[in-house]
Amino acid sequence: MDIPANLKYTEDHEWLRLEGEDIAYVGITDFAQGELGDIVYVEVDTEGETLDQGEIFGTVEAVKTTADLFMPVSGEILEFNSKLSADGDDEPALINESPYEDGWIVKIKLSNPDELAELMGADAYSENIP
Amino acid sequence: MKSTPLTEKHIELGARMAEFAGYNMPISYAGIKEEHQAVRENVGVFDVSHMGEFFVEGPGALDLLQQITSNDASKLFPGRAQYSCMPNKDGGIVDDLIIYRMPDEHSSIGGHAYLLVVNAANIEKDWKWIQQHEGYEVKITDRSDEYGLLAVQGPKATAVLQSLTEVDLSEIKFYHFTIGDLAGIPDVIISATGYTGSGGFELYVHNENMVKLWDAIFEAGKESGIAPIGLGARDTLRLEMGYCLYGNDIDDQTSPLEAGLGWITKLKKGAFNSSEIFQKQKEEGIQRKLVGLDVQERRVPRHGYIIVDGDGTEIGHVTSGTQSPTLGSPIGMGYVSLDHAEIGTQVFIVAGKKQLPATVVKPPFVQL
Repeated sequence: MDIPANLKYTEDHEWLRLEGEDIAYVGITDFAQGELGDIVYVEVDTEGETLDQGEIFGTVEAVKTTADLFMPVSGEILEFNSKLSADGDDEPALINESPYEDGWIVKIKLSNPDELAELMGADAYSENIP
Repeated sequence: MKSTPLTEKHIELGARMAEFAGYNMPISYAGIKEEHQAVRENVGVFDVSHMGEFFVEGPGALDLLQQITSNDASKLFPGRAQYSCMPNKDGGIVDDLIIYRMPDEHSSIGGHAYLLVVNAANIEKDWKWIQQHEGYEVKITDRSDEYGLLAVQGPKATAVLQSLTEVDLSEIKFYHFTIGDLAGIPDVIISATGYTGSGGFELYVHNENMVKLWDAIFEAGKESGIAPIGLGARDTLRLEMGYCLYGNDIDDQTSPLEAGLGWITKLKKGAFNSSEIFQKQKEEGIQRKLVGLDVQERRVPRHGYIIVDGDGTEIGHVTSGTQSPTLGSPIGMGYVSLDHAEIGTQVFIVAGKKQLPATVVKPPFVQL
């Protein structure tokens, strides 16, 4: 199980990678993609919207199940990874293959960076998964 | 949690395991899509040992089965199998099952001998239900914990298994079976049945022979792209064919006529559990029907999602849904009111805030 040390994590198995002061990439963890299995579609129709921490920003469809995606922190959805999107390259399986790199889901602008303190580090997250 | 004789093998193979009906079962090995494709194109092996096996024998066996099951068990002869269901007394379904008529000499008390194969999740419920039918000269034995079951399915299944037995498998027609040696194991029930639509066999053996059987089949199939298949792909394979899954598409509340199982509901055979209710439904018509749903969206319908008409009025619910690995698009099944059940009707499936447009179709979803 890959849990990079430089990322922040949520109990819902999202990760967040901070770029600069208030820009971040968000995706789902290696554990999450493994639990979901073959991912066949990612829907994010919140681009341009500002959402609160914990709000649903999108949905992942795997063959077996559907999972909502939750905002790890409050912020604006700046970009939906075009490699995943149906309007772009439409390769949702990148989340299975590369959950922390090519399979990032959205780029966000944090509206309240203080919330970062509520997220888990790699050690705490690793204790959060079975 | 119970194990099957192969549970350790699945873990060694790196399967994702999960509890299903009280058993520690493999959900997937290489991934649902890859396993699905292996069955459609080559051959796959499923450990479905969690299924229940009841033996019913005796002079009253046929009369009991005629009372508790909907299909006409009198049509069975030794070597013939039949898909059927057990109605409850309120017009619903206790379970769906396969009935095998065994050779008469398998009965220790004369009369006929039958094997009933029931769903794992229903073993206890079925057992209690059957026991409630008294006054038949029968002996009923639950051998679920003694028997293992492997399904070997796919276009190359027959060729792979043929290399392991003297029995001419090409002679066993669909829903027929024979009992013979396979892989050096005596008395294997070799049944031309399955839950995938891709052809092949289901093999019933005693637990102590399961590992030997599994190993022999994988050795025989290594040139044929043979693969172990988990319950995940079992579900996508059956759903592409429109086969019902108990607990999803049929249950204690659904009538076999509503579920499209009129073909196993033989009202002419004489009275059986709920036959009067079904007769009335046949004469007066049913209120809802299980239909196939072809979804014109990328979102996947799931069990329990509400179905509405163009005005947003609720007309039914989804019972099963998945991404079809063969089609690369979402498919589903669900009950809709009769006036929306016609093929080609446009309906909408409520998925959170979205409404997914879908067309009513007649399964199977894929042509093999």
